[in-house]
Amino acid sequence: MAKPSTDIPDLVKQFGPTLHRVPPGGWTDTREDDKLVKTHCCFCGQQCGIQLRVQNNKVVGFEPWEDFPFNRGMLCPKGIKRYMQDEHPDRLKSPLARVEGKGFEPIEWDAALDRVVAEIKRIQGAYGKDSFAVLTGASLVNEKAYLMGKFARVALQTANIDYNGRLCMVSSATASKKVFGIDRSGNPWSDIVEADVILVAGANISETSPITTDYIWRARDRGAKLIVIDPRMTPIARSADLYIPVKPGGDIGVFNGMLHVMIERGWINREFIEQHTTGFEEVARSVEKYTPEYASKIAGVPSAMIIRAAELFGPAKSSFVLHAKGIEHHSKGVENCIAVMSLVLASGRLGREGCGYAMITGQGNGQGAREQGGKCDQLPGNRDISNPEHRKYIAGVWGVPEESLPQKGLSAIPLVEAIHAGKIKGLISICFNPVVSLPDANFTREAFGKLEFYANIDFFLSETSRHADIVLAGSLMEEDEGTTTNTEGRVIRHRKVVAPPEGAREDWKIICEIARRLGHGDKFNYSGPQEIFDELRVASKGGVSDYFGITWDKIEKNNGICWPCPTLDHPGTPRLYEGGRFGHPDGKAHFIPVDWRPSAEMPDGEYPIILTTGRVVAHFLSGTQTRRIGALVDQVPEAFCELHPVLAEKLGIADDDYVKVESRRGSVVVHAKIVRTIRPDTVFVPYHWPLDRSANNMTIRALDPQSMIPEYKICAVRVCKTEAPHDAIAALEVQAGGIR
Amino acid sequence: MKNAEFFIDYSRCIGCQACVQACAECDTHRGVSMIHLETVARRESVQTAPQICMHCEEPICAQVCPADAIKKTPDGVVQSSLKPRCIGCSNCVMSCPFGVPKYQIDIDQMMKCDMCYDRSSVGKKPMCATVCPSGALTYTTMQDIQRTRRGIPINEWKFGGEVVRTKVYVMVPPEVQRVDIDVVQIAGTAAALPRDPYDVALMLENA
Repeated sequence: MAKPSTDIPDLVKQFGPTLHRVPPGGWTDTREDDKLVKTHCCFCGQQCGIQLRVQNNKVVGFEPWEDFPFNRGMLCPKGIKRYMQDEHPDRLKSPLARVEGKGFEPIEWDAALDRVVAEIKRIQGAYGKDSFAVLTGASLVNEKAYLMGKFARVALQTANIDYNGRLCMVSSATASKKVFGIDRSGNPWSDIVEADVILVAGANISETSPITTDYIWRARDRGAKLIVIDPRMTPIARSADLYIPVKPGGDIGVFNGMLHVMIERGWINREFIEQHTTGFEEVARSVEKYTPEYASKIAGVPSAMIIRAAELFGPAKSSFVLHAKGIEHHSKGVENCIAVMSLVLASGRLGREGCGYAMITGQGNGQGAREQGGKCDQLPGNRDISNPEHRKYIAGVWGVPEESLPQKGLSAIPLVEAIHAGKIKGLISICFNPVVSLPDANFTREAFGKLEFYANIDFFLSETSRHADIVLAGSLMEEDEGTTTNTEGRVIRHRKVVAPPEGAREDWKIICEIARRLGHGDKFNYSGPQEIFDELRVASKGGVSDYFGITWDKIEKNNGICWPCPTLDHPGTPRLYEGGRFGHPDGKAHFIPVDWRPSAEMPDGEYPIILTTGRVVAHFLSGTQTRRIGALVDQVPEAFCELHPVLAEKLGIADDDYVKVESRRGSVVVHAKIVRTIRPDTVFVPYHWPLDRSANNMTIRALDPQSMIPEYKICAVRVCKTEAPHDAIAALEVQAGGIR
Repeated sequence: MKNAEFFIDYSRCIGCQACVQACAECDTHRGVSMIHLETVARRESVQTAPQICMHCEEPICAQVCPADAIKKTPDGVVQSSLKPRCIGCSNCVMSCPFGVPKYQIDIDQMMKCDMCYDRSSVGKKPMCATVCPSGALTYTTMQDIQRTRRGIPINEWKFGGEVVRTKVYVMVPPEVQRVDIDVVQIAGTAAALPRDPYDVALMLENA
């Protein structure tokens, strides 16, 4: 039984989240001889360069790294305060074992690892290999992501491994593979600056990838026009040349409507389409019915906006399209991405300077983690686990028989459903906080209550760790060496800035030790992360994401290298699709027709309002890290419900009132924030908070059938004014799920 | 960076507070942020505006200080109050047309933005202008800003009858020569006011 072993308030008292506010030694203790280590932020996919300030093996501050070309010293508040997770009072410094009724108590590493290995053997012996699953994350460096994939397939031989990139990049990845033949942003960010029109679809750039704002403004200062499509007027949308307040789920109306107008007025590149693509005629037929009037009904915006968007985008000489979770977190997320990719293809404006396309990666290593094998259907090098040739190659690299490699396993949400159904009995997880981040949180919590055994590797006791039987004290990004692959496909180096505190261990050592105790030590015998990377290079060789020519040394000399980089003398590939050469075997890009269909749960009489969820600038994902940093919690202390004054008046809600937001699956009580910057048919709740403040209590477990991404961006809710809650959870500190 | 000046472009601000967080990391006042980030009217718009000390050519804060505690360096940077002299009277707080100085009750002293003098006096950029991810706060040469921006930098303000020139520039549309700030009486009813350009409901009226 993996329910929390004691009351939540008890666990919070013992393990936090508590707020860390002052660096070790106090505010005034920076010194001339402090060591500055050049590394990268641990948070989002921009992977900004940053220098951490070190004194006596302690991180005591930061200094901008102005020479790193991608962000040139620029940072967001998360990056600036990120160092406050070091020397944090909540930091786990010993393995923990659950004690019924009491919570957790520290145990020796040997005992903890023995227990994990014994349970893996017991569960796999009793219920089969696939009954023990692995959940991993896209904030892990490439080396660890690769190791987790190999650990699942070689040491556990379970098919059931998936990762939290399933909640993030899989729709754009799937669409990109289908349309362009390669899963990666097409261009380096420097091409944004050279574009004459920039189209931003479903990307709250100013809050989720803030330094990209500067790239867009540099283009605008050259005279570029900016189009932003979003149900909320985000900070980047406020000053846009055209802002389209699309109805959640209506994006295809805008994209297909724009393409309709572009074809009608001759703003497409027939020559490019003929030479470098297939399937255009079918797409042209499919958008025939998307007249501005028809498209406007689907998009929920005036037709004039769609026409204007086509007028700005269509005839431009150069253009750049950026999209993110706003169009991807849908049960038609892949189709949304395909529709926007059709605009890019029809314009013929990609693969050139100032002409291109990018999906904005959410997590730090969102790009790399999925390439190295953390995904249930992929082997390293972006290889397909069901392709016999690919299996054979990887089996060779790993020195195991091909038939011992499991087949494709369950993706994250079906995996949790299988836990709920009692089919998966054991779990080991790292870098993933599913009880906060998965949709339908009440179901997820219930599922975790059904595990026979759950081992969790983490540096803080996350909301999910509370369900664990054994917690293994792991390492922060800055406590180990490694590489990540940023949103451009650029592989960069993370530095070991300090050693893990005594009692905690580097994650890769923990995984390798479990593998050794399971009898697979010979396959996990590494001297360090660099040796893992060198094996990864070989494993990716000849794959789509070929890292073979990338070495740690080369990364440092060049401030990062973009894959594919097949040989040691290859400079890397910042820009894909040059000369109209695409990743499919026929060398062409493939147009795919998509037609709008409704989202899984549309508003109705009972639940008449659309809920959309997302992030705020001060917090990252499930908040495990940022809800422990005082300055960031001060900036945005609690979740809230944004609603338009028109809706608020109808519901009798005033600013700052306590409101209950309720779907068929669950509810939250949060404060109302009344703003004119959101559609009146939609409310917004950010998802970084746990328990009774968790936006995912309401979201729906509806998946895109191709990418298996959950539909975070739309479900039906009702909203009403309510009284201040006075229960034990409400009384917790705000960072723990309380409310003030 | 030689001959660098400070430029504020309010139109670029995204309200992320990177400046606020980084300001509190500056060595001379570590732990306390000196920059103000104003949320103009969140109900109406996401507009935010960072406010550093504008470092007036003739600083009113220093002129009204009865203890002569506020000094300007030869390179034009107006410093925080001198601890031995400051009497905590808050004259400066009330006189500043930009609302910059704040009286810190815990140390009984006025503190304000000194353009990260420990950094900018040795050729480094101030913290806020180094980290700002949107270019709303920029520390660079006049030549560079004129080359790269469409707006123009100005540093002349008129508050009622008083003209104030500042070391810090703000970016404005090319036709603007001076920022004139006057108290005006808004005549008529709400209906006479211009349509709110940031109200999403109004944008959807024809949908």
